[in-house]
Amino acid sequence: MAISVTLPMTKEATTSLRAGDSVLLSGTIYTARDAAHQRLHEMMQAGETLPFDLDGASIYYVGPSPAQPGMAVGSAGPTTSSRCDKYTPDMLDAGLRVMLGKGKRSDAVKQAVVRNSAVYLAATGGAGAMLARCIKDAEIVAFPEFGTEAVRKLTIENFPAVVILDIHGGDYYETARQSYLKTAES
Amino acid sequence: MREIQVSTVTDTVARLCVQACTVLPEDVKTRIYDSRKTEPWSTAQDILDVIIENFETNGPIPLCQDTGMACVFLELGQEVHITGGSLYDAVNVGVAKGYTDGLLRKSVVGDPLRRVNTNDNTPAMIYTDIVPGDRLTITVAPKGFGSENMSRIAMLKPADGIDGIKKFVLETVENAGPNACPPLTVGVGIGGTFDKAALLAKKALIRDMDAHHPDPFYAQLETELLDNINRLGIGPQGLGGKTTALWLSIETMATHIAGLPCAVNINCHSTRHAKEVL
Repeated sequence: MAISVTLPMTKEATTSLRAGDSVLLSGTIYTARDAAHQRLHEMMQAGETLPFDLDGASIYYVGPSPAQPGMAVGSAGPTTSSRCDKYTPDMLDAGLRVMLGKGKRSDAVKQAVVRNSAVYLAATGGAGAMLARCIKDAEIVAFPEFGTEAVRKLTIENFPAVVILDIHGGDYYETARQSYLKTAES
Repeated sequence: MREIQVSTVTDTVARLCVQACTVLPEDVKTRIYDSRKTEPWSTAQDILDVIIENFETNGPIPLCQDTGMACVFLELGQEVHITGGSLYDAVNVGVAKGYTDGLLRKSVVGDPLRRVNTNDNTPAMIYTDIVPGDRLTITVAPKGFGSENMSRIAMLKPADGIDGIKKFVLETVENAGPNACPPLTVGVGIGGTFDKAALLAKKALIRDMDAHHPDPFYAQLETELLDNINRLGIGPQGLGGKTTALWLSIETMATHIAGLPCAVNINCHSTRHAKEVL
């Protein structure tokens, strides 16, 4: 059974999630990928105010395709999260709480997840057309010049994801594969 | 000489870009359906169901938001005379039209370090072969970079032999892990020079699935490598399972006495390509 989760998430709410839990996300999440991360990190280092409050925020690593008529966005599945790993520990230390993407993260990110009671979730890569149906509204809040890489404020409803990294140091990529291999051997 | 107008090329390329990004080829669908039937791991079954629902219900919405760099393969008959302008310009105008009108994502930056989006997904990556005849075959294969980033090339030595090839292919897939959106399609290029090996690997990705290498020696190697990959346990989206790769194709050519180049081009389950013959 999937657990319904409201975004933004409290620290207490992240505590109850475990690697491997299926979740349905509803609420507000910001899009940011390569170019936006680089710019946001530069702004943080310069002590500038970010275009959205990072404290408690949720980020979705995605660059949507243009919206079809009547839709908030076009195809909008996750991109590979690890390209943002260079910037992520600092962002987690500044309050980022929920990350949504796909693929493995660095050890530094894993440690920052535990340290800050954050959570890393994965959505199904390559299912962008289906996932777009869970995105009800999209508004560009920063860097429109980046095109698809602009920061968008998304309103999502029952967006399916799975917990990969939890605050207890769990990594579902490691445990899921090992569980399968054990059954495959027996 | 048979004449083909550049406007025909442009219109065809534009149409193929949209088709490739929204309609998964039948051979790829078949491999995904077959994998779902034989996949024993329940998490993997659920993910394959999502992938199937995605390509069965996407309509005009791109299958994946990463509609890729437009890789355009031209097989130009030597009896063809292209009229009305430049062939490559016609291809790029077609890509811009397809990606703009088809509401596909513009994912190309004009310079690799200064990184400003060109806003129309050009330039295309164009590969041209001059072939006998009076036809022009155009294949558009949009290539996403989640998987492209996990591709590798190795200048192996002759003494590394077939075992070196097997080890390098498996290491590359292991390294790709969940990042490249498994179940994968794996293109392997063996031989040639540094650059030709990479091109062979890319061409291997647009070959029909189920069409093995014509040489039984390499056809057998394709089967063995796919079996080995599917014993790694990475599974769909890296969450465990038997279905780590849908297909593996090998392309080969002659090489130097000192070398054994091997390139592995990784593709995701959204292995997209569309072809038309003019």
